[in-house]
Amino acid sequence: MISSDLNIVLPEVILAVFSMAALMFAVYTKKDDTAPVVTWATAGVMIALGLWIAFSPMANRTAFNGAFVDDGFARFAKVLMLWASAIMLLLSQDYLRRNDMFKFEYPILIALATVGMMMMVSAGDLMALYMGLELQSLALYVIAAFRRDSLKSTEAGLKYFVLGALSSGMLLYGASFVYGYTGTTNFEGIASTIQDGKMELGMIFGLVFLCVGMAFKISAAPFHMWTPDVYEGSPTPVTAFFATAPKVAAGGLFARVMFDAFDGAQADWTQIVAFLSLVSMFLGAVAAIGQTNIKRLMAYSSIAHMGFALMGLAAGTEEGVKALLIYLAIYVVMNIGTFAFILNMEKDGRAVTDIRSLGQYSKREPGKAAALTVLLFSLAGIPPMVGFIGKLFVLRASVGADMAWLAVAGVIASVIGAFYYLRIIYYIYFGDDVEGLDGRMPSLHYVALMGAAAIMLFGIINPFGLEGYAAIAAESLLK
Amino acid sequence: MDNLLSIVTFLPLLAAIVLVVFLRGDDAAAQLNAKRVALVATLATFVISIAIYTQFDPNDTGFQLVEEYEWFGGLNYKLGVDGISVLFVLLTTFLMPVVIGACWSVSERVKEYMILFLVLETLMIAVFCSLDLIMFYVVFEAGLIPMFLIVGIWGGQNRIYAAFKFFLYTLFGSVLMLVAMLAMWWDAGTTDIPTLLEHTFASETFSVAGITVVGGMQTLLFLAFFASFAVKMPMWPVHTWLPDAHVQAPTAGSVVLAAILLKMGGYGFIRFSLPMFPVAADLMATFVMTLSVIAIIYTSLVAMMQEDMKKLIAYSSVAHMGFVTMGIFTLNQQGLDGAIFQMISHGFISGALFLGVGVIYDRMHTRDIDAYGGLVVRMPAFALVFMLFTMANVGLPGTSGFVGEFLTLTAAFQANTWIAFGATSGVILSAAYALWLYRRVVFGDLIKESLKTITDMDRRERLMMAPLVIMTLLLGIYPALVLDLIGPSVANLVEHVQTATPETVKAAVSTASH
Repeated sequence: MISSDLNIVLPEVILAVFSMAALMFAVYTKKDDTAPVVTWATAGVMIALGLWIAFSPMANRTAFNGAFVDDGFARFAKVLMLWASAIMLLLSQDYLRRNDMFKFEYPILIALATVGMMMMVSAGDLMALYMGLELQSLALYVIAAFRRDSLKSTEAGLKYFVLGALSSGMLLYGASFVYGYTGTTNFEGIASTIQDGKMELGMIFGLVFLCVGMAFKISAAPFHMWTPDVYEGSPTPVTAFFATAPKVAAGGLFARVMFDAFDGAQADWTQIVAFLSLVSMFLGAVAAIGQTNIKRLMAYSSIAHMGFALMGLAAGTEEGVKALLIYLAIYVVMNIGTFAFILNMEKDGRAVTDIRSLGQYSKREPGKAAALTVLLFSLAGIPPMVGFIGKLFVLRASVGADMAWLAVAGVIASVIGAFYYLRIIYYIYFGDDVEGLDGRMPSLHYVALMGAAAIMLFGIINPFGLEGYAAIAAESLLK
Repeated sequence: MDNLLSIVTFLPLLAAIVLVVFLRGDDAAAQLNAKRVALVATLATFVISIAIYTQFDPNDTGFQLVEEYEWFGGLNYKLGVDGISVLFVLLTTFLMPVVIGACWSVSERVKEYMILFLVLETLMIAVFCSLDLIMFYVVFEAGLIPMFLIVGIWGGQNRIYAAFKFFLYTLFGSVLMLVAMLAMWWDAGTTDIPTLLEHTFASETFSVAGITVVGGMQTLLFLAFFASFAVKMPMWPVHTWLPDAHVQAPTAGSVVLAAILLKMGGYGFIRFSLPMFPVAADLMATFVMTLSVIAIIYTSLVAMMQEDMKKLIAYSSVAHMGFVTMGIFTLNQQGLDGAIFQMISHGFISGALFLGVGVIYDRMHTRDIDAYGGLVVRMPAFALVFMLFTMANVGLPGTSGFVGEFLTLTAAFQANTWIAFGATSGVILSAAYALWLYRRVVFGDLIKESLKTITDMDRRERLMMAPLVIMTLLLGIYPALVLDLIGPSVANLVEHVQTATPETVKAAVSTASH
């Protein structure tokens, strides 16, 4: 019995055991040399696990009395998170080494955060949900403050921790309401209670608090306040990591809880999600206009993008979940490419974050400038870049769910948002020549930047079968 | 050849990829090579597009040369032309070699410049050929990117403002259209344009939050499309991006903008707004025609007071596009014939006028009308060509400008006398600003020191102008060349619109207005 359960959670177990083994290995050997080995090993394990999950036969299985769900939806998110984490880990090496932060704890913390994220998207129980969420969050709090002697980095870590603890508290408070009114923490149990028509006021309270907690994790407005500060203060590789896998995890968790536990209360939560989506899109678009720090700008960009992703969820349909997954996958690829560039923004050996330093970058590095431009147009959602396909699917889901008002608001926000991406392109191509950047780019980053740009450009021909996988994943969630 | 349209569409893109991959260096030789590759590619595209013309059967009102492949998510890659779109494809392929010729004097980042124009050509042809709603949107929007960069990098003094305004204005118009397209996709269950043309969208009046929407869903969809095409056209009062973009764009950019990009708006009205939302089009006709007349009179007056030559021609473009929208929304055969003819003819005329301004701008580096005068003394050939196109712009019989204006005005007279009355006064105003411009630039005494050494058009410039001169005169003398091609398709369209606006709707409108 227990062995078949373990069989289902084997990927998580492997990654967790690996992290601890790596920790032991690094602690009992000479410390400083182990970081590259551990990093490559961690990335290798993550990629291998991703492949394993991707190619193992489809199944809808649950373990530990329904506390852990292994279905197509969880698998889609897990593969995406594992690969994104692995790539971000590899890309961060160079920056960490240059800034004297390349310690073996970094890959191990990332691995633990990834275990947490995998738990989140597989959660079938409020307890499992909380366990995954906290494992992920605690690892992220630590790496946000990874540059120990930097005031900004420690401040970012502390801010993230305090606000994260608050949101976890709210989530727990909501969970306790739900538990109190249903007498179970199991999603199936909650769902069947709601099916029986027992959606009492206290349940709605619980639902709202749960949504607030998850909105915080996904950095949806109006619970986004930590995002710009944490993005700006954390070391750039950490910012890059925040912008990719954890977003998928939070989005996946949000969909998981809403559909598995609260499917019967759709009329209640679609309103909440639609509100979060609307506010996020506009806040992300408007607040980014004044930013000159590229990390802050990317923070607001991520808020706006999560608004769009939530538009898919707000539709409350299979189409919507599919759109959410497609959107998240495309968003992750765009961010990998963009951050591969940002990680190498340097002048005289110091990291630069001011977008004005990109002035006439296209004259000196036409290839990289063109790739970055493609990514920025894609982030803005301008066709024919693949970023548009993500928007197309969420808007379609939204219109199909009779939420055309949300779609109209979304496209208006996307026009406002296009302005600040264009402003970066303005510096790259039209601005004054400031010779702001001189950093060379390691081949790994170059490949990531060019690869992501190529995907954004040529993906319009056929987006790599992404739609099919997302459709299977969405179907399994709504079953 | 089964894939004729695909070949024509993607040949320029292929040339652009060749430039990206194989052309290295930025010396004079590489620059010349880039220009030559672009010129050869655009000429080859034009030659192949003649095959489209020969294979096209104007009496068949359906879509021809259709190609269809599966794309993704239930969408299709589908190309095809009918009598209306085939003309715009030919216009594009015909003008692009001229545009590349106009780039010859550029010496900064030439390779990128050529790449952007080649990409733009592919996108423009695809706009006129695509028979899938979402594919149309993708290429329609994608055209913004190269144009944004062309204006922003190679433009004049105030290019940044112009580039941003152009991009955001047009994007704002288009995104509403996207939402409407998605609603149509859900409603009809397909994005196939030929199927959508047969689909009837609901036109029952309904009320939402106390607001009565006469014409129902069709009206909402129509307005969303209208937002996009009216900006693209551009119609008064959303035309303000055009003078800025025109003035700041480099010569070749202005030519593409005026000659081809603006036509996407008119094409959109004819392809989508009329046949898909006939009830709403019928409801809105008077409103659109009124806006058109305001555009004709107002922008003509504004044009008269311009000090900048490009701005003057830009405002005159807005006025001429007013004739187009007026013609389209008369909803009769003559009006649509005239509107399409006017768009084609305006493509040649405004293109040539911007080229003419480019010719003297290259020599004097100013567009101020005051800086010129008496050019006829030193530049007789230029004076002759510029006169022809000034006259064509006014609509002198014998030039192509006359046919379009005459047909649209006749149609407007049938639809609404007052509209025709207002629009006709616009013709007089256009004569005033165009002739006055000509007098101030070309006639008078050559007294300005700086102009005394100015040289006449060289061989390249004459070569660029020659095809435009020929086409303007040819279409002026023998308009049947165009009208025979579009006639059956337009007749089919008019019939479709007429039958789709039943009397019951008109009755519903009259009761709603009581």
